Amino acid sequence: MGLLSDPVRRRALARLVLRLNAPLCALSYAAGVAWFLALAFPPLTQRTYMSENAMGSTMVEEQFAGGERARGWARDFAAHRRKAGALPAAWLERAMRSVGLEVYTQSFSRKLPFPDEAHERYMVSGTNVYGILRAPRAASTESLVLTVPCGSDATNSQAVGLLLALAAHFRGQIYWAKDIIFLVTEQDLLGTEAWLEAYHDVNVTGMQSSPLQGRAGAIQAAVALELSTDVVTSLDVAVEGLNGQLPNLDLLNLFQTFCQKGGLLCTLQGKLQPQDWTSVDGPLQGLQTLLLMVLQQASGRPHGPHGLFLRYRVEALTIRGINSFRQYKYDLVAVGKALEGVFRKLNHLLERLHQSFFFYLLPALSRFVSIGLYMPAVGFLLLVLGLKALELWMQLHEAGVGPEEAGGGPESSPPLQPAQSVGLASLVAPLLISQAMGLALYILPVLGQHVATQHFPVAEAEAVVLTLLAIYAAGLALPHSTQRVVSARAPDRGWMALKLVAIIYLALQLACIALTNFSLGFLLAVTMVPAAALTKPYGPRCRLGYWPTVWCPWGCSSPGSEKLCLRPGLPMSSFLEGTALVHLLLAAVRAQPHRPQRASAGHWVRGLETTHTDLPWAQPHERHGGRQSAG
Amino acid sequence: MAAACLRLVWLAPLLLGLVDGGRAEPPRDALREELVITPLPSGDVAATFQFRTRWDSDLQREEGLSVLLKADRLFHTSYHSQAVHIRPVCRNARCTSISWELRQTLSVVYDAFVTGQGKKDWSLFRMFSRTLTEPCPLASESRVYVDVTSYNQDNETLEVHPTPTTTYQDVTLGTQKTYAVYDLLDTAVINNSRNLNLQFKWKSPPENEAPPVPFLHAQRYVSGYGLQNGELNTLLYNTHPYRAFPVLVLDTVPWYLRLYVHTLTITSKGKENKPSYVHYQPAQDRLQPHLLEMLIQLPANSATKVSIQFERALLKWTEYTPDPNHGFYVSPSVLSALVPSMVAAKPVDWEESPLFKSLYPVSDSSSYFVRLYTEPLLVNLPTPDFSMPYNVICLTCTVVAVCYGSFYNLLTRTFHIEEPSTGGLAKWLANLIRRARGVPPL
Repeated sequence: MGLLSDPVRRRALARLVLRLNAPLCALSYAAGVAWFLALAFPPLTQRTYMSENAMGSTMVEEQFAGGERARGWARDFAAHRRKAGALPAAWLERAMRSVGLEVYTQSFSRKLPFPDEAHERYMVSGTNVYGILRAPRAASTESLVLTVPCGSDATNSQAVGLLLALAAHFRGQIYWAKDIIFLVTEQDLLGTEAWLEAYHDVNVTGMQSSPLQGRAGAIQAAVALELSTDVVTSLDVAVEGLNGQLPNLDLLNLFQTFCQKGGLLCTLQGKLQPQDWTSVDGPLQGLQTLLLMVLQQASGRPHGPHGLFLRYRVEALTIRGINSFRQYKYDLVAVGKALEGVFRKLNHLLERLHQSFFFYLLPALSRFVSIGLYMPAVGFLLLVLGLKALELWMQLHEAGVGPEEAGGGPESSPPLQPAQSVGLASLVAPLLISQAMGLALYILPVLGQHVATQHFPVAEAEAVVLTLLAIYAAGLALPHSTQRVVSARAPDRGWMALKLVAIIYLALQLACIALTNFSLGFLLAVTMVPAAALTKPYGPRCRLGYWPTVWCPWGCSSPGSEKLCLRPGLPMSSFLEGTALVHLLLAAVRAQPHRPQRASAGHWVRGLETTHTDLPWAQPHERHGGRQSAG
Repeated sequence: MAAACLRLVWLAPLLLGLVDGGRAEPPRDALREELVITPLPSGDVAATFQFRTRWDSDLQREEGLSVLLKADRLFHTSYHSQAVHIRPVCRNARCTSISWELRQTLSVVYDAFVTGQGKKDWSLFRMFSRTLTEPCPLASESRVYVDVTSYNQDNETLEVHPTPTTTYQDVTLGTQKTYAVYDLLDTAVINNSRNLNLQFKWKSPPENEAPPVPFLHAQRYVSGYGLQNGELNTLLYNTHPYRAFPVLVLDTVPWYLRLYVHTLTITSKGKENKPSYVHYQPAQDRLQPHLLEMLIQLPANSATKVSIQFERALLKWTEYTPDPNHGFYVSPSVLSALVPSMVAAKPVDWEESPLFKSLYPVSDSSSYFVRLYTEPLLVNLPTPDFSMPYNVICLTCTVVAVCYGSFYNLLTRTFHIEEPSTGGLAKWLANLIRRARGVPPL
């Protein structure tokens, strides 16, 4: 057989791949995008179902009836909040103790990288108050969390009222097997992060906080509640967490079943749930929801305070009460009953939520797309890069000549000469430089802002943007690093080898990102793959030159989220590396057509240091020019 | 295990023998029963029943204090613990014959918050849904002790009904306590109202302040996130205002948490605290757990943090429990300490003092012994997904691994027709001879 080692068959295969490469690439790209758009349609979306046996049915009798108490507490809280101007920690402590909880407080402070918009301050401090309901006859090994984040104004006071009313109701029940922590945090997500870090005794974001006095074992699940009105018309559920992490689908299923049981209207991404999945309207509406979710997930920012819990392997979601102008309104009792049901079911858990999906996309609350069904979309896109890499590899090894001849006939090409091969070592430098550039884009803007504000009359936020611009400007010098690759004897082999390595590297990185955060990986693949596949030194010059500027805002979006001290870690930095990599690729490509002009204009300094044969334009007529300028 | 068996064997004949002896003499001290009610600082109420009897007494009783033991109320509690002690006691001064004493103890903590609708008040009826109507006819002693330390006649905050006639002063756990004593054998106690329903009322509701804490308490938790590393932390609090005391910390940690002993740090008040004694026995995989024992001096009014890092081991896949995602338990630390007393205790006369004194052992007058168990921990180990996708992945990987070799062979191996090389050494020798003969070679 020897399908690959038989020279005749191999040549035939190579010819096939080379001839059909462009249509195959286009087809694969189109298939990837089409697959993604088809995700919202029924064969690809499945009905959600509860996997966890312990939470199988909704057969609990909700007895919560503390609506009036909740409203009273909410009014008191709002009044105290306005009077104090901050979270009324002492009042909350008293209230929690009066319903029979074990109450602790935690103070924290964090220096922000940028001044706050509202108060123009750097140092933010606050106090978290939490009460623990100890389960009777249990050893405090497991717990559940109900958290209410409080911002700078008196919003969310109804949520605090409902939390206290639920605590009072839960305290009277004897069926608890897990401790329940009722947590009210100040400064929104900062407070939640401070509490979580103190609870797990780690310091990820440089937060200064007092140690926690009371703990309740391993947190199994958490629900964050945001309510600003006494009556709600719908509940919006948010699942996207930090770096696009998602909670186990069972938690969402659980909430949805209790919403159905209580007749509550639930929305996802602010969109109503389509009812009719048989016609086209339902899936189209689902597609909108799905696209919104993809955008939200790709940003890597938590879509609510629940997103911070996911890092600690605590399944969590945020429930937002919305009051719009609908006819049917629900009071706090209905919301409280749904929450009571959710907590009673979570209380039944024997193990952590692990049965259902962790990777999914949601076109609606009752429908989901599992990882097995959405990965082909990004797979098709990456196939384009694979095909391109294969083409380059074959051209390098079989053809040994320019790509325009490669399609013609590999038989006519001369056999590969050892002297013509491009050393891998020469590719290391440009790759390292592009890596370093990605790192610089990630670190320098925030690191360098203090230096910038000391020496230049700019604001902190401006300094970040200016540093980014500076790095991009410095990126224009990247052609320097690629010059060594392009050797004199085979000018095409240099860029082909570089492009081959860069494309494979890019494909690997995109695949890794798509595994951890599908949305980010897919969006990056959709934008980067055509550019990476199409760039050629012989291509239309001016259009390609614009690509780095198109990607520039992508790079800028990451330091913006520094403001929350929540650094989207790996995916964003690897994305930046990818950006820099493509940038490098383009820069290399741009350098080639510019050869004659730039040789005389800008590169004489290098000419002084290096021998002329090293230079990429070291062909006879250009070597002459280089000498002139050097002289 | 062998030792335990031997002890059982040794116990059995003695028990048989004592039945005979029990019949010979009428029981002298048939039954002493006692109920101690202690309001806890947190607002809950602890009730300890104790029945002490000779082994041969009739244990099936429906009168006396045991009427309060109603199952549905007992299991609405926050905590209960049951104990049985059997010990030999001498029948006479020369100890020529012995009897066996049986002591049954039931300690219950009632959640007064739930039963009292948010108030700290309590009564026998509210706690047990029964009242005491008569003493046990068999009992030689039947008493109820109520901790009324914060109650005195002129204090207006607390009301105890019925008003105690006698009180008992004592030192328990280093502090002075006052108990109101209700003797059920005293006819006046029950006959006045046909039943005894003890009530405890706060006239002005007590301040919502954090409850006072004991001198020694501890907390334990796992820190860190992710499934690779973590840290075991034990916080030891000494809240005594001016006395430091040593505490013996005993940790047994399962082998699947691989402890990094060099990371063991003990800090008190921001300074390193060097333990005066450390004993460490490393774990052996699947054989024995880590054993770490330390004697640590706790400075007065301080919190001491003992932390040690660990790495989570990968178990063999048959070693996971049926519920691996629940996590694996790490047993609590055991703290043993002699805590200094605030008030000097008197030496105890065991026969005359109330039964509950036996619950608080006293070594000497200046300190009392405390053994604390911290909370157990739940640690998640890296767990494979024991579900359908896991099996599918395992199967697929196996199939791919098996097929890879043959596919690779198929794609790369080429077959050439090669002339069979015949002869070898024989041919070479033949050619040599042929050359010598001048004949062309084969």
